[in-house]
Amino acid sequence: MKQLMGVINLDHELDSLNELTYFRCGAAVPFASRYRLIDFVLSNMMRAELESVGLFVRRKYRSLMDHLGDGKSWDMNRKHGGLFILPPDWNDPTDTSRGDLQHYHNNLDFFKRASAKYIVFSGSQHINSIDLQDLYQYHLEKGADVTLVYKKIDQLQPEHDVCRRIEVDEDHNVTNIHQEKDHHNLYLDIFIIEKKLFLEQVEYCIAHGESYFFRDVIQKNRHKFKIAAYEYEGYHAVINSLESYYKNSLELLQQENYHSLFKENQVQTKIKYEAPTRYLESASVSNSLVANGCIIGGTVENSVLFRGVQVRKGARIINSVIMQKCVIEENAVIENVIMDKDVHLSKDRILVGDSKRPFVIAKSSKI
Amino acid sequence: MKKKEMVAMLLAGGQGKRLKSLTKSLAKPAVYFGGTYRIIDFPLSNCSNSGIDTVGVLTQYEPLVLHSYIGVGSDWDLNRKNGGVFVLPPHERENGSSWYRGTADAIYRNLKFVDQFDPEHVLILSGDHIYKMDYNAMLQYHKARNADCTISVIDVPLEEASRFGILNTEDDLRIYEFDEKPAKPKSTLASMGVYIFKWEILRKHLLNDGENAGSSHDFGKDIIPMMLEDGQSLYAYPFEGYWRDVGTVNSLWEANMDLLCDNPPLNLNDPDWRIFTRNPNQPAQYVAPGAQVSGSIINEGCIVRGEVKHSVLFYGVEVGEGSVITDSVIMPKVKIGRNVRIHKAIISENTVIEDYMEIGIDREDEDEILLIDNRSKKRKSVAAKTI
Repeated sequence: MKQLMGVINLDHELDSLNELTYFRCGAAVPFASRYRLIDFVLSNMMRAELESVGLFVRRKYRSLMDHLGDGKSWDMNRKHGGLFILPPDWNDPTDTSRGDLQHYHNNLDFFKRASAKYIVFSGSQHINSIDLQDLYQYHLEKGADVTLVYKKIDQLQPEHDVCRRIEVDEDHNVTNIHQEKDHHNLYLDIFIIEKKLFLEQVEYCIAHGESYFFRDVIQKNRHKFKIAAYEYEGYHAVINSLESYYKNSLELLQQENYHSLFKENQVQTKIKYEAPTRYLESASVSNSLVANGCIIGGTVENSVLFRGVQVRKGARIINSVIMQKCVIEENAVIENVIMDKDVHLSKDRILVGDSKRPFVIAKSSKI
Repeated sequence: MKKKEMVAMLLAGGQGKRLKSLTKSLAKPAVYFGGTYRIIDFPLSNCSNSGIDTVGVLTQYEPLVLHSYIGVGSDWDLNRKNGGVFVLPPHERENGSSWYRGTADAIYRNLKFVDQFDPEHVLILSGDHIYKMDYNAMLQYHKARNADCTISVIDVPLEEASRFGILNTEDDLRIYEFDEKPAKPKSTLASMGVYIFKWEILRKHLLNDGENAGSSHDFGKDIIPMMLEDGQSLYAYPFEGYWRDVGTVNSLWEANMDLLCDNPPLNLNDPDWRIFTRNPNQPAQYVAPGAQVSGSIINEGCIVRGEVKHSVLFYGVEVGEGSVITDSVIMPKVKIGRNVRIHKAIISENTVIEDYMEIGIDREDEDEILLIDNRSKKRKSVAAKTI
């Protein structure tokens, strides 16, 4: 019997990618030519063969639900368990819960119906390829109440500023949780806990007027609970700003990043039926990631092209991220740009952003 | 079962010997085409796009790959509550068992399958051709003429007509004669192997043919001539568009090359007529600094560091630095090392080509397309020997 269930909690994630998150939540932002950010956590959960996965989301989830469907792409369209998308439709007049405890309180049935005894929680902004079964075994071996996942970051980046840090002793137990910017043990927004303890704590917290599970249960009780630390060493990127989105998109052009994120084709996404990409006689492509369905007649350098992009003859795309179905007409030039879906750029236009601050074009614009 | 106006029966049991090692362990309809497809994707997608939701697929030769590929048919939107895709291999019966003895016999043995849907018409397809066709338009033509059988035809050049099954027709396209590979063709209308029959009429002729020990149980050789003899009304349906038989290594290569010009005759990017296929779910393709790709189609999961010109790369292919691939078809998960040269060849799935190999370079007979797999003998270039 499957012992592990999953929760993807998007409640605390800010939609801070400007134009890219005006109409969609951060988890639904397209990434890496053919994925959306949520695909990475879902694929991690798929590989761990969880009994069920609950997705808690409060805002702007239309695009996300369209992408997820019944969970088939992640093998989560199951008779028992599978994917549960649980948006906030709450009608209990006696409900006094707040924060993300609202989600848990109003979906107690989701937790109680599952036969799994442990729950792994994750957000969507830390892109990683963690083995959650290994985390689960580690948690059991440590006999901990809670196990937190962290990664030692050698070179801290601006996007790490808002992330929590953990301090770890030599027995891999967590001794402190804080947000000191120069600390290198980054908490990856993933933890595992026994379901029984989780439900007890949810009830206790609501009774005492608390709001957020991580802050008010785990962080607050860090000296009371036995909290273990699990070190993750694979691919990792935090995407919580336009700058971090742009930087991490282009860093996938480095082969070690590409291979560590996509080894054994471990990331699944919603299937589209595009033809393979066609390179015309005049195409010139270098150091770029290209999805299927593109027709390329121009020049593409150091860029990421999503599905179905058309680059007409004479057009030049440099250091840019071009999302699904954009059309770049003849002799247009794009440099340091993030172009959202369905943008049509007319002939001879020139769009140039700054290499640190890319120019963002909103979805479906005609320029 | 719910009644259907028309049920499709797709003949997919053929071996395709002329495709040599490509069909060593899979049936011809499962052979790869166009960077991501298998041949059978074309008739299945045509059915799906034509609104035909009930398809029987008749399999026989090496069906494992084909069966698992088709699955429940969800990739072609053919996983339906009423109808959908059905795989129909030969089966044992009360009075003994044997293989399908011919194309007509395959349908004859599955009369019960078709009868379940009580259809007015039956569409017979083969899994050998690359084309996009609206079978519903053909059905309307068939019904408008109240035909007993309608055969889709394509106009071929007179000098090539003797390679095809030729239909000789009156001015109104009523067929009076079927000429299989005629030495002196009287017409240039070649049968595409796409038939619509009134089920009641076909059923009767299949029953007669099934009992006839002297018959070869073939639609072209036996059923059509028998129907003409019986005075049934048979019409030709002229098809205009791209259609290729890919039964040989050369014709498979040519059809792949047809996709590579700037405005290919077969548009695979048409959002209104998608060719569906099972998606291998690979990460985006990566074209490295210094790589050159032109006049080619490349699928996801490929990593290109060398030069690819006028070629088709299926998913998961790697091309190392300094390698040059021209006029070739590279099937899934082929690993090509560094400084390799490949010209006018088809490289089979999973083949590993080591550094400095030369394939198809400086050969006398360029007309023959080389077919390379891991068992093929390969030679290294002179450059490699001097290192």
